Amino acid sequence: MPFEYAPAPESRSIVDIKASYGLFIDGEFVDGHGKSFKTISPSTEEVLAEVAEADEADVDAAVKAARKAYDKVWSKLPGRERAKYLYRIARIIQERSRELAVLESIDNGKPIKESRDVDIPIVAAHFFYYAGWADKLEYAGRGTDPQPLGVAGQIIPWNFPLLMLAWKIAPALACGNTVVLKPAETTPLTALLFAEICQQADLPPGVVNIITGAGGTGQALVAHRGIDKVAFTGSTEVGKAIARTVAGTDKKVTLELGGKAANIVFDDAPLDQAVEGIVTGIFFNQGHVCCAGSRLLVQESVAEELLARLKRRMSTLRVGDPLDKNTDIGAINSAEQLARIRELSAIGEAEGAGRWSPECELPTTGFWFPPTLFTDVTQAHRIAREEIFGPVLSVLTFRTPSEAVEKANNTPYGLSAGVWTEKGSRILSMANQLRAGVVWANTFNKFDPTSPFGGFKESGYGREGGRHGLEAYLK
Amino acid sequence: MTATPTILGSGLDEVTRSEASLRQFLHGLPGVDQVGAEARAAGLGTRSIKTTAKAYALDLAIRMVDLTTLEGADTPGKVRALASKAMRPDPADPDCPSVAAVCVYPDMVATVRETLGGSGVHIAAVATAFPSGRAALDIKLADTADAVEAGADEIDMVIDRGAFLSGRYQQVYDEIVAVKAACARADGPSAHLKVIFETGELQTYDNVRRVSWLAMMAGADFIKTSTGKVQPAATLPVTMIMLEAVRDFREQTGRMIGVKPAGGIRTSKDAIKYLVMVNEVAGPDWLDPDWFRFGASTLLNDLLMQRTKMTTGRYSGPDYFTLD
Repeated sequence: MPFEYAPAPESRSIVDIKASYGLFIDGEFVDGHGKSFKTISPSTEEVLAEVAEADEADVDAAVKAARKAYDKVWSKLPGRERAKYLYRIARIIQERSRELAVLESIDNGKPIKESRDVDIPIVAAHFFYYAGWADKLEYAGRGTDPQPLGVAGQIIPWNFPLLMLAWKIAPALACGNTVVLKPAETTPLTALLFAEICQQADLPPGVVNIITGAGGTGQALVAHRGIDKVAFTGSTEVGKAIARTVAGTDKKVTLELGGKAANIVFDDAPLDQAVEGIVTGIFFNQGHVCCAGSRLLVQESVAEELLARLKRRMSTLRVGDPLDKNTDIGAINSAEQLARIRELSAIGEAEGAGRWSPECELPTTGFWFPPTLFTDVTQAHRIAREEIFGPVLSVLTFRTPSEAVEKANNTPYGLSAGVWTEKGSRILSMANQLRAGVVWANTFNKFDPTSPFGGFKESGYGREGGRHGLEAYLK
Repeated sequence: MTATPTILGSGLDEVTRSEASLRQFLHGLPGVDQVGAEARAAGLGTRSIKTTAKAYALDLAIRMVDLTTLEGADTPGKVRALASKAMRPDPADPDCPSVAAVCVYPDMVATVRETLGGSGVHIAAVATAFPSGRAALDIKLADTADAVEAGADEIDMVIDRGAFLSGRYQQVYDEIVAVKAACARADGPSAHLKVIFETGELQTYDNVRRVSWLAMMAGADFIKTSTGKVQPAATLPVTMIMLEAVRDFREQTGRMIGVKPAGGIRTSKDAIKYLVMVNEVAGPDWLDPDWFRFGASTLLNDLLMQRTKMTTGRYSGPDYFTLD
């Protein structure tokens, strides 16, 4: 008799989703002037709420509120006072962590075990970390009297909605800036709950403004004359458009864009842990991770054994209801993203790569894609070059360390890389040669607020996290 | 050198020909990254096992218990009581399964045998100068033969950790082979051999992986973490490394070896974490008392309490379960 895990759903009753949401401007929820749009649950396609779509007038109101708060209140507060608010926000996030985790999983589709054990704890940690910096900025290596930039316009993606919000808002506020933040249109709900948390923390009105909307809203924000800084995380395509928009202005920009990371496994690697790292690298968050290890580079002498182990491990992955505590892989975030993953996978097959997925039953409603790997992939395949942003792994092989480096770096991106070997000296030599912002050794997709994160080449510029992350918000 | 016919044809018989080839093989096994292994074990520990799955797991865990008493103060009365409990863990519920085995010192085997009769509950005896294993080989073999003769159908031997840690792999190997031979019974099937590593003394996961392969190649039927006399005893990551070893060994040789974590597993919650790990690391074939055991004493009552709670919806106090 098999050991069938009975459904173990996390209760939804802790979250209270309103029928409609306005914009959070100057400390209050206000109706937008524009239209509204629906946000749905990607696992059920159920409509969760109507959300206001901010138009140019709304963006203008938000930027003005942020400017007023910056001039009158926030830039004048001593660092230790700003820190108090950030600590308070961090504590409220911890207190309401279950609510935030459930809401994130409903709106985004990611498994509850990830929102509960990864996203939300790191969100709180990020606020705690930057709260600690707020009164120590003169020790950040930016001179003895570093100053904030002013108003930051921030645009975040849908893959880690609240976490990306934390990466943007925590350092900005710690440095004395005020912000206007636009969450992604498919995942606005935790940002709106964060707005409530700002109210609960008595954060002065206008310090944080949250405006919802799609690409048009984002464009209006980036182009607004009243902002001093643009911080964007998202696709390379949009990142380039943003860079063009701000060219010729004195706005500072940081961009965190796409990636096509190589996860490099040498023949002396700890194989069972490497398999776990490959799984974490590409199937964590349904592969909706800009630094995902989407290219597995494995040394030919262990390729066969490693692939057998990887396939066996993939067969134990549980795909399904994001709120089930035993789910490993949740729903694809949107119909649009699912279509892109399907399209690129079909191209992979057409180009002759070997496609494999474990047997797994997918739910009938919602957006789903099974964990998939492609073997016999070469650098010439599109699935080895383009970011798929889904649970799809391309497997390539190499013979020598120098070939591994050559292949790993042969991409327009450079966000992250992984190295698996028991040999310490090889880890260091590989890390020196890999052109990637983060190089993980014998692990993958590990995040910590103290560690800077950012890209080389088309993966963007600027760093978030750590002391380096302060530079983006100080002058 | 001793030939082990069970692994002939798998390519491993060459390995055990000499000290040098044995060392080369064991040191050539893929390493274990400590941080990664512990993270994986902890991740499996977050599985949420509820309702029907929990009921299944509790009954299975009861059937896998090697109910153990290994005290200097053990008396015939004490082990008789334990044996009775092994057959009928919950006197109030005839549907409650019996445990897998009773585990005692060799001199108590005959007493246990009388009590258990033909109940189907196995008798395991710890032998080979348990728990330290610090005795001459002929004494260890006599200890084993004595337990087998008294009626033990499972022998839990300890390896010579000193020999292993000083790199004398061949000696450890030969000792296991010799004890295995001493498990033979003239009038029936050989006693099953469980080989105890005392992983708390071997310490590194690399050592655990190497000793697992060493024992399996030498003919162990089961590999077991600990004596229960050294801390730490069984842990989830150590057991995971051993489950990976039996999984890989079956893949290479076709032969299936059992795993027994022992010591430190006290709650149902812990036991269920182990079962999840068995299921997802070694595979469902190992979810059977023939292939996975818990060496425990206090665990059983917690399993019984949880089992009663599943059927009645209420927790009863410890007074409602027998203390043995």
